[in-house]
Amino acid sequence: MTTRHISFTLNGRAVTASVQPHENLIDMLTTAFGLRGARESCGQGLCGCCTVHVDGQAVSGCLFLADMAEGTRIDTIEGLGGADGTLDPVQQAFIDAGAFQCGFCTPGFVMMVKTLLADDPDPSDDTIRHYLSGNLCRCSAYPEIVAATKLAARRIAAEGRP
Amino acid sequence: MSATKASHAIGQSIPRLESRDKVTGRTEYVHHFVLPGMLHGKILRSDRPHARIRAIDTAAAAALPGVFRVVTIDDIRTVIPHPYYGPAFHDQPILADGKVRFAGEPVAVVLATDRHIAQQALELIDVDYEELPFVENEIEALHSDVRVHDTLKPAATFPDLKHLKGVRDTNVALQYRLDRGDTEAAFASADHVFEHSFKAQPVMHTPMEPFVAVADMRDDRLTLHTSTQSPSFVRIEIARLLGWPENRVRVKVPHLGGGFGGKLYIKLEALVTALSMLARLPVKISLTMEEQFFMVTRHGCTFRIKSGVDKDGRLVARRCDIVWNGGAYADIGPRVTQKAGFTSAGPYDIDNLTIRSSAVYTNRPPAGALRGFGAPQTAWAYERHTDIIARELGIDPLDFRRRNLLRQDRPQATGTPMTDAALLPVLDRVAQLLDWKTPLVRSEDHILRGRGLAVGLKGITAPTTSVAIINLYADGSCGLYISTVDMGQGSDTVMAQIVAEELGLDPASIRVINPDTDVTPYDMATLGSRSTFHMGNAVRRAAADVRDKTAALAAALGLPEGHNVPPSELLRKKYGMQAGNIVGVGSFIPDYQKPDPATGQSQKATPFWGIGACGAEVEVDSETGHVTVTKLVSVGDIGTPINPRLVTAQLSGAAIMQLGFTMTEKMDFSDGQLTNGSLADYKIPGLLDIPVSFINEYVENTQGTGPFGAKGAGETSSIALSPAIGNAVSDAIGAEVTETPLTPETVFRAMQSASRADRS
Repeated sequence: MTTRHISFTLNGRAVTASVQPHENLIDMLTTAFGLRGARESCGQGLCGCCTVHVDGQAVSGCLFLADMAEGTRIDTIEGLGGADGTLDPVQQAFIDAGAFQCGFCTPGFVMMVKTLLADDPDPSDDTIRHYLSGNLCRCSAYPEIVAATKLAARRIAAEGRP
Repeated sequence: MSATKASHAIGQSIPRLESRDKVTGRTEYVHHFVLPGMLHGKILRSDRPHARIRAIDTAAAAALPGVFRVVTIDDIRTVIPHPYYGPAFHDQPILADGKVRFAGEPVAVVLATDRHIAQQALELIDVDYEELPFVENEIEALHSDVRVHDTLKPAATFPDLKHLKGVRDTNVALQYRLDRGDTEAAFASADHVFEHSFKAQPVMHTPMEPFVAVADMRDDRLTLHTSTQSPSFVRIEIARLLGWPENRVRVKVPHLGGGFGGKLYIKLEALVTALSMLARLPVKISLTMEEQFFMVTRHGCTFRIKSGVDKDGRLVARRCDIVWNGGAYADIGPRVTQKAGFTSAGPYDIDNLTIRSSAVYTNRPPAGALRGFGAPQTAWAYERHTDIIARELGIDPLDFRRRNLLRQDRPQATGTPMTDAALLPVLDRVAQLLDWKTPLVRSEDHILRGRGLAVGLKGITAPTTSVAIINLYADGSCGLYISTVDMGQGSDTVMAQIVAEELGLDPASIRVINPDTDVTPYDMATLGSRSTFHMGNAVRRAAADVRDKTAALAAALGLPEGHNVPPSELLRKKYGMQAGNIVGVGSFIPDYQKPDPATGQSQKATPFWGIGACGAEVEVDSETGHVTVTKLVSVGDIGTPINPRLVTAQLSGAAIMQLGFTMTEKMDFSDGQLTNGSLADYKIPGLLDIPVSFINEYVENTQGTGPFGAKGAGETSSIALSPAIGNAVSDAIGAEVTETPLTPETVFRAMQSASRADRS
């Protein structure tokens, strides 16, 4: 198999990796960088547990070949929040609204809510339901996830942050 | 012991202890667990539902560069001579042993350092099968000539199954029986007799973290890192397979990415153990989402129910005949058969009862526990049946239920009194939330509207034991050592609240040590809504033991009663420095009376009653049969909540999961083959499936024997949800739906058959 060396930006830092043609983004993030927040569950891009941002867009990491990360900016749950340990407002809202149970799908939801609020800082319930319909939570913390999204939106607006 | 600060931890909605880890993606799951030198195993699965294996040719696969070894049952037998396991029956081989009994059964494993290579090598294995006739339907299996197993092999651990050992020529693994009064005589004298048959479909747990286990076998000890709900059972069963004492087997469990009853008893653990013994290296097996469908399912079943009613609309007799499709291996199916059997007559006061509940082997994937131990499937039948009876008698379904409901302390079918069971309050609250007495606006154009409610109960697996240890360290901080598995239900947090309340500490300061059988004491398993009640009681006792020992230490140091010296100071006085521990131990096993084997009667059949009621409003498109649930209400009796927000989330989550089992989820089979085993074809609920009006509540109640009045809640809203929606659909369409899921096709067929019946 042909190993390729790629360069990209991971959570704000320039990095390189050696990847094989069959490896997906989750394989690479897990094995080369020890990042475990994005998780492969269904392996078909249907559950959203592996959601990460590529150039600011949410993608299913299990369907995104690692090789295609060349030259991109990849952001994962590990890159959220401040260096001093402060949480991103979305993460904090998930805690305050109790928006998770087992937590396996949580990073995927948080990353999806990040792009939602970037697209629409004041989303309606209906917008939230549609935007997050590609993320599955078998514990079914859905009502709390909607509440967390609205809480985060309110707090971000109040702080005047992006 | 003197409280270091006033604490009122019980009843507080504190966030989960592990909240930060969960939102930052740092929670530890076995999913990511790796060890140096670890091999990955990939499983070759049978593509035949029932066949003899003539030969397995592994040569080409073994020759693929990167493959470490290919393993079949012959290899397994060299390290585990009797490679059969299971919680109720030792009927499941670690890999197929001369025969496959369902399509999807593990036949061989490829071990490789790279899982992609292992996967590639699977295609090079050639299995020569001699196909056998197979049986899929549970009713056919009762009388079929096809035998899934030659003889029954009950596990010695369950004395009540011993009589089944060596029984031949049957697919019935076990029949549960309950008799009360004289059912036949009561039918004969009843004013009305009703009989209906209902079906529930096989579904799957679908945890987002698929099944995964890692075995690390050394010469004289084994460590398993596994996504299990039952670490203590895994240790006992693996030690039995190896012929080892328990202390050579260590089972470690971090958090689980969901369980729902799937990750119970023993699943991948025996296989990875054998593989690690053969390879003399650590071995990991991670299932894919698709493979999970072959691991364990919820039972499909057929339930025939017959009731006698007197002229006043009171139920006088009932007969329940339930046949459970257990699949090819028993797993915990026999217990599902018994536990669901004993509440299968529903929450009604009926003097004459006959119950027959049978676990049947078929050539399908094994069935086990899933959020309710069969109670939701039985409630689907008895609560649909209740509505049909009420309608035919012209009695309001709510009034009919209220007339017949078991009241406080009345004997349930087993004879066990309904103590601390808020049946009437949950039912009345659902009716109130539905505004039951106000008529619905019935229909507009082709939209038919309907409303329904249902109420049900569940017994709790008994008797089972929990043990807890609290270790008060030298500075007065403490660790709680329990084998309860936190799989999202929030047990770490609730148990910490109990410790905090008892010892006057801040719950967030309690360190909960996750299951590690070298460290944490025995617990039967995290299942069946048992942890808050059983482990909660054990934790309280451990805390009381800490208080007693602290008081004894103070007395030994000569301190007067009513002193105000904190434990850390007592330890410092005793040891002369910051040193030592105060260790409290508590164990709990509820009062229990074994049911009479002939009649199923017992005064203490369950430690508490699980009680739930649900209500629904639906719109049915008369042209397509498509159902929209416009309002969904679930009201549970959870005793007194220890953490109101966590328990409400439990109720809500279980309701949505059950909504999936009611509306969309079904494992489809064709010629013995599963045809929809992936999330692409098997639809679990997402955000767009949640009804616009969705209410979850609990009523005020106190479980007298529970910790701070609490009882378990993990399955409460699973029980009555399907029939509430089914009753609403039937109310809307004026025809009876008898099977789940309520797909457009199912509903449309019910409408068609009703209109045909009208015409003829």
